[in-house]
Amino acid sequence: MADASPPTSPDAATEIAAAFVLPAARLADLVTALRMEGYAVHGPMVRDAAIVLGPLADAVALPHGWTTRQSPGGYRLERRTDAAVFGFTHGADSWKKLLHPPRVRLWSAERQGADFVVHEDAPAPAKLALFGVRGCDLRAIAAQDKVLLHGPYPDAEYAARRAEAFIVAADCAEPSGTCFCVSMGTGPSARAGFDLALAELDPHGDAHRFLVRIGSPRGGAVAAQLDLAPAAGADIAAAAALADIAAANMGRAMDKDAARALLPAQRESAHWQDVAQRCLTCANCTMVCPTCFCTTVEDTSDLSGDIAERWRQWDSCFTFEFSHVVGATVRESASARYRHWITHKLSAWYEQFGESGCVGCGRCITWCPVGIDITAEVAALQDLSQRDPR
Amino acid sequence: MSALPTRLAPVPLRVLATTPETADSTTLVLESGAIQPGAPGQFNMLYPFGLGEAAISISADDAAARRLVHTVRGVGPVSAAIAALRPGDVLGVRGPFGVGWPMRQARGRTIVLVAGGIGLAPLRPVIHAVLRERAAYGRLLVFYGARTPRERLFVPELAGWEASADLEFVTTVDSGDANWGGHVGFVTALLAQARFDPARTIAMTCGPEIMMRAVANHLRERGMAAEDIHVSMERNMKCAAGLCGHCQFGPLFICKDGPVFPYGRIAELMTVREI
Ligand SMILES: Cc1cc2nc3c(=O)[nH]c(=O)nc-3n(C[C@H](O)[C@H](O)[C@H](O)COP(=O)(O)OP(=O)(O)OC[C@H]3O[C@@H](n4cnc5c(N)ncnc54)[C@H](O)[C@@H]3O)c2cc1C
Ligand code: SF4
Ligand code: SF4
Repeated sequence: MADASPPTSPDAATEIAAAFVLPAARLADLVTALRMEGYAVHGPMVRDAAIVLGPLADAVALPHGWTTRQSPGGYRLERRTDAAVFGFTHGADSWKKLLHPPRVRLWSAERQGADFVVHEDAPAPAKLALFGVRGCDLRAIAAQDKVLLHGPYPDAEYAARRAEAFIVAADCAEPSGTCFCVSMGTGPSARAGFDLALAELDPHGDAHRFLVRIGSPRGGAVAAQLDLAPAAGADIAAAAALADIAAANMGRAMDKDAARALLPAQRESAHWQDVAQRCLTCANCTMVCPTCFCTTVEDTSDLSGDIAERWRQWDSCFTFEFSHVVGATVRESASARYRHWITHKLSAWYEQFGESGCVGCGRCITWCPVGIDITAEVAALQDLSQRDPR
Repeated sequence: MSALPTRLAPVPLRVLATTPETADSTTLVLESGAIQPGAPGQFNMLYPFGLGEAAISISADDAAARRLVHTVRGVGPVSAAIAALRPGDVLGVRGPFGVGWPMRQARGRTIVLVAGGIGLAPLRPVIHAVLRERAAYGRLLVFYGARTPRERLFVPELAGWEASADLEFVTTVDSGDANWGGHVGFVTALLAQARFDPARTIAMTCGPEIMMRAVANHLRERGMAAEDIHVSMERNMKCAAGLCGHCQFGPLFICKDGPVFPYGRIAELMTVREI
């Protein structure tokens, strides 16, 4: 079997060979260099009053001077007073839409007399550059690698996209109101699993520039084409200081070790009924979560009944059908579905994949229509268990 | 060979023979083609053209004949379409998947099998394997519970098992009919009357969860170790390859960690409602 490990495996210790400086005015050169290498570059851009990920024709499309204000159930796009390119935190979509697409055809089948033949779809060729991946999202990609590449049957579609993907990380200087990456050990700076990492310095003046760290030989080759000046020690220190400030400004935290033990122990807690009073089982949290990987399949056939197809699409454990078995649904209540989701994320994931399934990105908090906050639910359960230990 | 082609895409295989078992169940014999025979307790994903897929256990140990045998109860659109197939029809198959019954651990020991309803299908290959290599195993006790006499599977074969000195086979039904002279009542009641040495026994059970729990609890009370009791679990399943997330049972994936589990590993999970 072919080795399915992608070249930028975030688990491999990334050696930071050197750091360089890229003036902000030359960010376009980096996008161009990637395009010249044959990459379809995807990155953040403003669309419909939000920052979303889309194909980047050039660096102009990046959200220069924009930020977002995020809170439980709330998201607002706002102007910044400076020209920062990465002065926002991620929106509702994540890189999983590119690496683990929402809908793919797995195969088609064709009737031939009494027989039928199956044509398996080869993974669509995709040479993607992911531009502006945050620390939390790097860890989310690593988490999906474990699920989709390192199990008994690696997923061909994901493997093909992942093997080619070039990752340009971007450190966070300002957390959003729902982030908690520090407590999950995933951010605010990119640590491993990238080809190049950018840290944005002095976005308010003429000295606006990026510290560029090299994470892989392939990243080094792209950087070499740009003929960059080596970074001064002061720039490296400035980037580290920004990361420290971002970490200090994190408004939320999760006690991940406590959550791991707490959730299975609290399966019968009355608190699940309390969450169920609020949760609409809308599935938003699972759609926006960068580690949620569940899918379902849809079998279709054409009008003649001679051509059939199987499509795979994202699914959510919040749907009623998800746990259907003959004549029944296992997780019938909203409380059981929320309990399953949060217990899987924060506890069962360790047993399955050796780490937490949550990277602290805060998306599920921002995009929950009723503002259910995963950190607050854990804290509430912790409170209850301390008051009434089982 | 790449792991994928036979994993997410079905292999079309011809149905060679069909045997109606009950009003809604059929046993299919298929050519095995590129599909490996699989071990007792493993399953295949079966695809009737254009309709969808169902997880169906291997129901006979027929590897030597290069045949796949499945027994399907038609309970929904997909399973009903599979149960209605005729010889000559073609069915898509991918697999085999999962961890099967602990046949190696069973060698030299008394084997207790407890089946409920369609649960006899996944256990039948265990009976075949033991009978084929009779001297390698200890006593074989089989307890089979069906709702009514008409809902029993493999009726001609059952008669042979009942008459055979190689195993101790008993059937019980929830409700009998005019011609029924056998046991009536829960399978656990029959099990309670049987004599065997718990310390030298391995048990395997497949059927409704409530039955498997009752069986496991009874065997525990008789002194069997939880790791000597094996149960086969069922959950919704889409990919069977550990990728789709549907079959999670607490931290376990039924498709790749199971479907057969030592009871010790899942006893606590089995007590949790809606898990
Ligand atoms: C490991 C395993 C082994 C099995 N072995 C057998 C067997 O040997 N013989 C047999 O008759 N049946 C077996 N089943 C049950 C069989 O898979 C279901 O009866 C079948 O999937 C029902 O599908 P349907 O579309 O006909 O019914 P519907 O109820 O309409 O099902 C719709 C969808 O729900 C899912 N689903 C429903 N019930 C189940 C279920 N019990 N398990 C998993 N997914 C389900 C399927 O994805 C299906 O596509 C087994 C199930 C599992 C998990
Ligand atoms: S559970 Fe919420 S905070 Fe954690 S990774 Fe998923 S979306 Fe982000
Ligand atoms: S927790 Fe929020 S986002 Fe998730 S299903 Fe419930 S209401 Fe929807």
